Amino acid sequence: MARTQAELRRFIVDNFLYGRACRLRDDDSFLETGMIDSTGLLELVNFLEKQYGIKVEEADLVPENLDSIVRLTQFLRRKLEQPKELAGSPKLERQTA
Amino acid sequence: MCAIAGICNSKNGKVDTQALERMIGIVRHRGPDDWGIHSDNGIGLANARLSIIDLSGGHQPIHNEDRSVWITFNGEIFNYVELRKKLLSRGHVFATHSDTEVILHLYEEKGEDCVRDLNGQWALAVWDAIERKLFLSRDRLGVRPLFYTKAGENLIFSSEIKSIFAHPNIPRELDLAALDQIFTFWFTLPPRTIFKGICELPPGHSLTFEGGQVKVRPYWRLDFPTDYALSENDGIEQLVALLTDATRIRLRSDVPVGAYLSGGLDSTIVTALINKFAGGRLRTFSIGFTPSDLDESPYQKQAIDFLDTAHQQVSCGYPDVAHVFPNVIWHTEKPILRAAPAPMYLLSKLVRDNGYKVVLTGEGADEILGGYDIFKEAKIRRFWAAQPHSTTRATLLRRLYPYQSNLQKQPDAYLQRFFQASPQDLSNPFFSHLPRWELTSRLKMFFSDEVRSELSGHDAVTELYNQLPLDYFRWHSFCQAQYLETMFLLPGYILSSQGDRVALAHAVEARHPFLDYRLVEFASQIPPHLKMKVLNEKYILKRAFGHLLPATILQRPKQPYRAPDGRSFFAGFGADYVRTLLAPEKIEADGIFDSHAVSKLAEKFRAGHAIGVKDDMAIVGILSTQLVIDQFISSFQQGGSLWPEPKQSYAVS
Repeated sequence: MARTQAELRRFIVDNFLYGRACRLRDDDSFLETGMIDSTGLLELVNFLEKQYGIKVEEADLVPENLDSIVRLTQFLRRKLEQPKELAGSPKLERQTA
Repeated sequence: MCAIAGICNSKNGKVDTQALERMIGIVRHRGPDDWGIHSDNGIGLANARLSIIDLSGGHQPIHNEDRSVWITFNGEIFNYVELRKKLLSRGHVFATHSDTEVILHLYEEKGEDCVRDLNGQWALAVWDAIERKLFLSRDRLGVRPLFYTKAGENLIFSSEIKSIFAHPNIPRELDLAALDQIFTFWFTLPPRTIFKGICELPPGHSLTFEGGQVKVRPYWRLDFPTDYALSENDGIEQLVALLTDATRIRLRSDVPVGAYLSGGLDSTIVTALINKFAGGRLRTFSIGFTPSDLDESPYQKQAIDFLDTAHQQVSCGYPDVAHVFPNVIWHTEKPILRAAPAPMYLLSKLVRDNGYKVVLTGEGADEILGGYDIFKEAKIRRFWAAQPHSTTRATLLRRLYPYQSNLQKQPDAYLQRFFQASPQDLSNPFFSHLPRWELTSRLKMFFSDEVRSELSGHDAVTELYNQLPLDYFRWHSFCQAQYLETMFLLPGYILSSQGDRVALAHAVEARHPFLDYRLVEFASQIPPHLKMKVLNEKYILKRAFGHLLPATILQRPKQPYRAPDGRSFFAGFGADYVRTLLAPEKIEADGIFDSHAVSKLAEKFRAGHAIGVKDDMAIVGILSTQLVIDQFISSFQQGGSLWPEPKQSYAVS
């Protein structure tokens, strides 16, 4: 998943920081740092769906899934590796744990 | 409407009249009908005139009976008829029928206090030859612009900054603190302008230059009560009387008057009121947008049919914005973060092409009567912050910005994070505006490392805080937000970049009945709950004038004026100048922005991935800053023409 994390990081840095990544840590909150505005979330979802062929459901759209590079990577891993009906929000994941 | 310019030498030295000619020549777009210069020891006054009142007798500059007082004047005094009668009865002898001469005689009577009697929009300069004093003044709300600079023994002033630059040896350098203010608020805080050393006379202020000393004083300011006594019915009655009279006196003109008709509430009310007074069919003008989500043509049609006006519309799409943008920035003379002035530039051209030079507009209603979304947003956030765990209160956020489809698609969790406020935020004097300023400030990530380092320790919000009157902290929070909009954004962006500068680019004078100072002062006495009743904006205005409007316009959801933005400059329209100005080597040479970040942003637009407000503001802000540098600093042409020509130095592919 290290490669995916690097890819996600590159997308975030290019798209929301315009290459200026100097202080972004992988666990920094996109919302707290103000990187993602109201349309940023839509850009992010479009990217995930196009790049990785997943479907991001309405219930997935919570900061717990999407609000840092680490969280994004984990979310994507769940989406890609787990059966479709179980992938998604941490709540669903916890129920199956 | 006109342009004024002048040079005052504190040692009574000779004034460089050739420089003065260049200064007035470069702003002839504001006054193409006539021009004149008066010079004497220590003073030079110039005027470029757009003839509207007393067409044959209004040449300027003019003097009083014994030639001891001279004036050059830009604007209109709408109560000049009443003032003239009073002055005649006191023995003054008039040589013309112009409103300009009224000010001159009023100055003789009252000195600097004369401006308190004026109801209008103005930038003026009076030379008092006996006192050896120059007196400058600007109207209360800042409809008309006025800039000045001190250069050695000279005070140099003009309606536009380019005119000051037409004087030799005036340094032209960007003021980074001003840039920081624009990339926070959209405006600079007067007297600061985007150019170092060039000052803006603040609205509602006068200036004297005497014995080499510059003194700037306020003669008016917006005030709000702490207790409200006005009833709804009395409020409606007075609002009707005042707006009706404000419209009536704004029809005083020796040339035909038209109106801007956007399809919104305010301009439709003004148009309906003009119809009460004007004989014949009123001419109205509007913009139609080809991106259909911005277009208000259906509402315009309803208003036109209902009010039976003779209407003309100019169509505006992405390529049109790209095409006129360099000319627009030549007129705004400062960076802008939205492209909205560009369609207004096209609209004034439409008016002029139809042989009109005066229009009435609905500008000002949203500020004085609480129409803007930011007031609603603050009200909901405040209501929610009082009980932050209430899910019912949070659902009200869905009522905000219904026209912003991207925002409406947000899941609840995100929407709440964008608008969240905590109970301790409630006491912040900028509660209403902080989210907007924080969003705008994020654009500073594009500043180069050198600019960021230069600006470290600089805080635009503190600078604004320091300009607030003490009473501000006692006002109702709704009025605090109104004050910020009315005293800062209105003159600093709406009336200037989107108003005077782009209208006068085509010699069109706009008049704003809602900004009659009597109405502004009265509106501040209206209790906030009658301005916005629950979440119904401009409630009292709708109650007062609803019967004059089609029901669909009265009940339509509020939609602010929005224009095609960032995409205008990419996606196949490919204006040459955009490539030139955003090229990494050009960005690096100018030094304001980080070339790598700008390239990434441009790539995002070219790929069609830029869909957000932040990206839009960033590209418009960067491009307009680059145009300001290019047109006013790197390749400024001093030789303005006394015969105005359109400026078209940029090729468009």
